[in-house]
Amino acid sequence: MTTLLEVENLRVSFPTNRGRVEVVKGLSFTLGRERLGIVGESGSGKSMTGRSILKLIRKPGEVTADKLRFDGIDILDQSEKQMRAIRGARISMVMQDPKFSLNPVMTVGEQIAEALVTHQKLPRSAVQARIQEMLHAVRINDPERVARLYPHEVSGGMGQRIMIAMMLIPEPELLIADEPTSALDVSVQAQVLDIIDTLVRDKGMGLILISHDLALVSRYCDRILVMNAGRVVEECAAGQLENAQHPYTRGLLAAMPTIDESRDELPVLDRTQWAGT
Amino acid sequence: MSTRDWLLADSPTSRMQANAGRAYRVFTALLRNPLAVLGGLIILVLVLTAIFAPWIAPYSPTGQNLSARLLPPSSQYWMGTDELGRDIFSRVIWGSQITLTIVGLVALISAPLGLLVGAIAGFFGGWVDRILMGITDIFLSLPKLILALAFVAALGPGINNAIIAIAITSWPAYARIARAETLTIRNAEYIQAVQLAGGGPIRVIIQHILPLCTSSMIIRVTLDMAGVILTAAGLGFIGLGAQPPLPEWGAMISRGRTFILDQWWVATMPGFAIIIVSLGFCFLGDSLRDVLDPKSEGKN
Amino acid sequence: MNAIDIQNLDISYGDTKVVHGVNLAIPEGESFALVGESGSGKSTILRAIAGLAPDWTGSISVLGQARSHHIDRQVSSQVQMVFQDPYGSLHPRKTIDAALSEPLAIHGIGNRGERVEAVLRDVGLDQRFRFRFPHQLSGGQRQRVAIARALMLQPKIMLLDEPTSALDVSVQAEILNLLKRLRREQGLTYLLVTHNLPVVSFLCDRLAVMRQGRIVEIADAAQLKAGKLNEPYSQELLAATASG
Repeated sequence: MTTLLEVENLRVSFPTNRGRVEVVKGLSFTLGRERLGIVGESGSGKSMTGRSILKLIRKPGEVTADKLRFDGIDILDQSEKQMRAIRGARISMVMQDPKFSLNPVMTVGEQIAEALVTHQKLPRSAVQARIQEMLHAVRINDPERVARLYPHEVSGGMGQRIMIAMMLIPEPELLIADEPTSALDVSVQAQVLDIIDTLVRDKGMGLILISHDLALVSRYCDRILVMNAGRVVEECAAGQLENAQHPYTRGLLAAMPTIDESRDELPVLDRTQWAGT
Repeated sequence: MSTRDWLLADSPTSRMQANAGRAYRVFTALLRNPLAVLGGLIILVLVLTAIFAPWIAPYSPTGQNLSARLLPPSSQYWMGTDELGRDIFSRVIWGSQITLTIVGLVALISAPLGLLVGAIAGFFGGWVDRILMGITDIFLSLPKLILALAFVAALGPGINNAIIAIAITSWPAYARIARAETLTIRNAEYIQAVQLAGGGPIRVIIQHILPLCTSSMIIRVTLDMAGVILTAAGLGFIGLGAQPPLPEWGAMISRGRTFILDQWWVATMPGFAIIIVSLGFCFLGDSLRDVLDPKSEGKN
Repeated sequence: MNAIDIQNLDISYGDTKVVHGVNLAIPEGESFALVGESGSGKSTILRAIAGLAPDWTGSISVLGQARSHHIDRQVSSQVQMVFQDPYGSLHPRKTIDAALSEPLAIHGIGNRGERVEAVLRDVGLDQRFRFRFPHQLSGGQRQRVAIARALMLQPKIMLLDEPTSALDVSVQAEILNLLKRLRREQGLTYLLVTHNLPVVSFLCDRLAVMRQGRIVEIADAAQLKAGKLNEPYSQELLAATASG
């Protein structure tokens, strides 16, 4: 397995009244062409991890790492201009809410075309063909009509599929999906994740799926990192989640009500044990 | 426990302490901003000057001395004298009282009026909104100075009428802002919660909507103060504001216009006063925006 | 006597009808769930009962009394609502104490200090939170405050609009436990709106599955737990939950 991404001792910090506070505290992992899930609750630093790989942490936030390499390129050494050539073309990111990620005054087709031609020079007819093909791939049945719509004319699930089409059309090697479905209905969630899953497998890409939902991540990933308060508390194969060792992971699993719930009270995490402060 | 600890306590023990703590945090945030400090200092100096004018001014603002006409700035007359031999420095000092009165009264009349009109229009919507905003739009569509001119012409020249005219012309802008804010707040869940508890529209508007509109209103009023000063000066300049011999800055510039080529100081000195005070309000308003903006709240 | 009785309820927003001919009877003391995807009209029904969606026809009665189309004081002491977003349901410039005292002030109830202290204890919040502002609280703590505010007037019926969907899993567990305990201690009737079937299974006795403004099926929680819902659409929802 070729290594796509190497992260060693990644730290992200922000200044506050009481000095700099680290939200990611020394994270290390390597990623091949596989599907990695990062799970954690709000404030665990999981989103910051995803953003720092793309160098999207704005000042006054600060990212340091002993190693942060994508395909041999040292991300931290790249200039903003060089990063722009990597973002989208080689590493893409799907965010939580399509409503805020799509430009309201451009049609869907134009936006997808833009995502494509910024990174590749292609003749016009080829661009159109690629767009149709991509919209088909995200299971939009009448791509010609949809390409002419504006973002407010499509539903949330459709919007997210369009986002995915936009992100995948330049054929990146790594896709980072940050809570890609939490704004969507349950039935649509499965559809969208299935699409991501199929595309990632077919094209042999790497995937980092960031989510708060343990069940979802264990279903769509090969390997899982569980984060709490900026640190990885557990790393395991997706199938082995039931046998998780760390009390935090076990606590999270137990705190979820099940469909055949018979407990009178749900066990609650004892926060004092792991919360850094 | 020191006062500071009491103010910054994470878990206040009374409502008063909680509110005092919030005010203290806003205040310290302002102190960290150099422009805010500068603006605040200018305004403070203006206020102190107005209060202590009788003791600061070396001469009478109206006393004429025809033997000392149009003297350039010197150690005796710091800003020179005007065509009737009055000390310009003393007149500028006394003028601060007039400026402060105008600014204060305009703010006191127009801001609450605009706030209330806007909040009522935004909260009730429908025909209430259409009528109130129709009136507002009529006022907004006319140039401010012209409208003020028309009012003063109708009411008769004089400082009080100038204040009323400026106040009448400046509330519509506030009504617009207040309405826009109310529209975004009106459907918030915390407003619905009050309504569900049985709270009527008066309670909702006064206790819940207005407090959220005031910070942007304070910012806007502060920023507009420069404009108010200029409008008042403009009215004075045309001769419809403060009447001679009152040392109003705009009227002073108007008088100095005749000598502007040979005796530049007559018009320039009150002009400086207007610029500095306007800048002071602008600085303060800008930094208040940074500090009071509800979006920046809770970041630390 | 039923806590909530709804007959032939149609609700519109402007020209679009979002709820069609809904009939529901919820006995006192029951915990009932409205389940469905976004746009199914489940929240709209809740808002109509509360008086926040006045454009309806049909009949709604609460504790035997016909409900008017607006909010009135008498109903507000019987029915209260908890909203989904803990960040949007508390006034940003008011302390917790002010938010909790407000309903008492509206109804002219005295002894506010003690009542506020008591309700904070009920929802498991320490007294030191009493004079904090909402931005000094976490999402879970805010939701506790929102629940406390709903309890201030000692209502019989609580309308819960996705009360845990904006919260982390571990915090959700705390809030669900709290809701369950409060219902037991105070004999409340719950009408819960959610898309999360496991939450229904934990907190509710019965549920109605909604789709596009209509009730598809009314079932017992036992049926849900056994996976024996009758309608195909309900089964679809169940399958999506189990797999996601």
